Amino acid sequence: MPSPLIRVEHLTAGWNGRVILDDLSFEVFEGEVFVILGGSGCGKSTLLKQMIGLYTPMSGHVRIDGDDIVTARGADRLRILRKIGVTYQSGALFGSMTLLENIGLPLREFTDLPEEARILVGRMKLKLVGLAGYENHFPSEISGGMQKRAAIARAMALDPRILFLDEPSAGLDPVTSAGLDALIRQLAETLGVTFVIVTHELPSIFAIADRVIMLDARTRTIVATGPPAELRDRAEDPWVRRFFNREADNG
Amino acid sequence: MPSTPLRIDSPDPGTLHLSLPPRLDIATTGDAWRRASAALDRPDIRTLRVAATDLENIDGAGIGLLVHLRDLSQARGIAFELAALPGRFQPLLDAFPPGSLPPPLKSAEPPGFLEQIGRSGAGLGRDLRDLLGFTGELATAIGRSLLHPREIRWSETWSTVERAGVNAFPIIALVGFLIGFILAFQSAVPMQQFGAEIFVADLVALSLLRELGPLMTAIVLAGRSGSAFAAEIGTMKVKEELDALNTMGIRPLRFLVVPRALAAIIVTPILAAFTSFFGLIGGLVVMLSLGFPLVTYVNQVRGALSPEDFPSGLAKALVFGLLVAGIGCLRGLQTGTGASAVGESTTRAVVAGILLIILSDGLFSVVFYSLGI
Repeated sequence: MPSPLIRVEHLTAGWNGRVILDDLSFEVFEGEVFVILGGSGCGKSTLLKQMIGLYTPMSGHVRIDGDDIVTARGADRLRILRKIGVTYQSGALFGSMTLLENIGLPLREFTDLPEEARILVGRMKLKLVGLAGYENHFPSEISGGMQKRAAIARAMALDPRILFLDEPSAGLDPVTSAGLDALIRQLAETLGVTFVIVTHELPSIFAIADRVIMLDARTRTIVATGPPAELRDRAEDPWVRRFFNREADNG
Repeated sequence: MPSTPLRIDSPDPGTLHLSLPPRLDIATTGDAWRRASAALDRPDIRTLRVAATDLENIDGAGIGLLVHLRDLSQARGIAFELAALPGRFQPLLDAFPPGSLPPPLKSAEPPGFLEQIGRSGAGLGRDLRDLLGFTGELATAIGRSLLHPREIRWSETWSTVERAGVNAFPIIALVGFLIGFILAFQSAVPMQQFGAEIFVADLVALSLLRELGPLMTAIVLAGRSGSAFAAEIGTMKVKEELDALNTMGIRPLRFLVVPRALAAIIVTPILAAFTSFFGLIGGLVVMLSLGFPLVTYVNQVRGALSPEDFPSGLAKALVFGLLVAGIGCLRGLQTGTGASAVGESTTRAVVAGILLIILSDGLFSVVFYSLGI
């Protein structure tokens, strides 16, 4: 069993004193594709943003490779952030920059690579996500699916050990979505990148996830953990089984 | 802990030997890249041997260096040999075989000089046509709303009155006071030479009520509220809220533009009156400092003004307000896509608003002169 790369310990988070996630604890292992799922409004994206240090929890800790991102400040925090890459629901590419410039930005800011190296590395990242040739295009000149892939290329610019993806296949057609799933598996297997993905797209979950945790808005905590096929077939909680089998909740 | 650097040696004159360090990642590749590229610049090299015997860890940047050395060798006719690359790293290099990075596709070509002139001219023509069309539509919508006042969204209108009018009061008061003060101060010095300081009051009163009061108010309104209207409506356009209104059968012009235009029509004359009032107080401060009593200043101002000066200034302000609101809303409705679109609309709203104010002010001057006002 590989060692845990991320440890979430007794994390409680919410807004304006209202608890959304209550006392969550789990681990993400090196090299696995880990999916956070649950119904709308259960706090999936909130959990992701707590894990990447964008929001401060009410209590608890998130340890990335042993370092607590909740309490880290200054250079310590930057050192943790260098280990992670993040893509957001909208892609969040910088609209005034070409795709190559988007990828080159972290390379220019945080490495001493010469310009020709930054250009070559940027082009290689674009090729990895199937966007070779689109270096000089602006985000507005490419489709939504291509933007999501370009966002993944940017998140990989510094070769982080962990990639956090927030709803990567939301709004994509099934073919593009399947292509993105294949890309995630390929990156996990060839580069050994650990993925933490928020999604509720069932086909994607079955295609990419090694393990999932399922959040529940009613209990505000984790109701199930395990490989997706196992949860679909053998989960004790009837709501979890209904979720995986896409059955309507008539209660 | 300092990392081991790339080792470079040349066992014979035509061969360059590079020994990769144990770690070739984003932190160490920059130095290795520069030294390897410099070493390869020697013209006598026929063979490049890269040994990965010590290599323990490599990432995308390190693979990039290997791809770079391989492709550079190929381009210069140098034989490239890579030895002892651990098997687990081979798939990373295999993902980028020679020639696998095609030349970048061309993005949209920037237009040539003549084409730019043509496009700008056509754009200006389209803009004027849109402006005329929008003016007509807005006038019709306002007229219709005034005939059917229950159709007007009064809560939105009064809220805009508060934001564009009441909240603008402090800046308007300050601008008005300073304009009156500066105008009086600057004109007092030359007028003193002719013993005509008393006429500073005439100059301040006439220029503020007829010209500067409405003009400065409108310019402040364009910068403050015209830009806000463009940003609000532009953001709604980007977030597809305007499409939602249209598909519900609600016209954005009536729903969004009319309340803002009515609010601007209401507040601009009031704000212009306050600008003039505070300008007169600024002039008074200068006159008092020159030794003239309050009563003299007031009598001089009253004598200088004719009955139509104040209403003509208010009429101007009303039209300026309509122009500022109209162009702000129009630019908002014309907002394109992308993160910079709202910013562009805002800038265009302010620039066009001020331009239209100045143009219409010139038109007013001609009309008032012709009418003998």
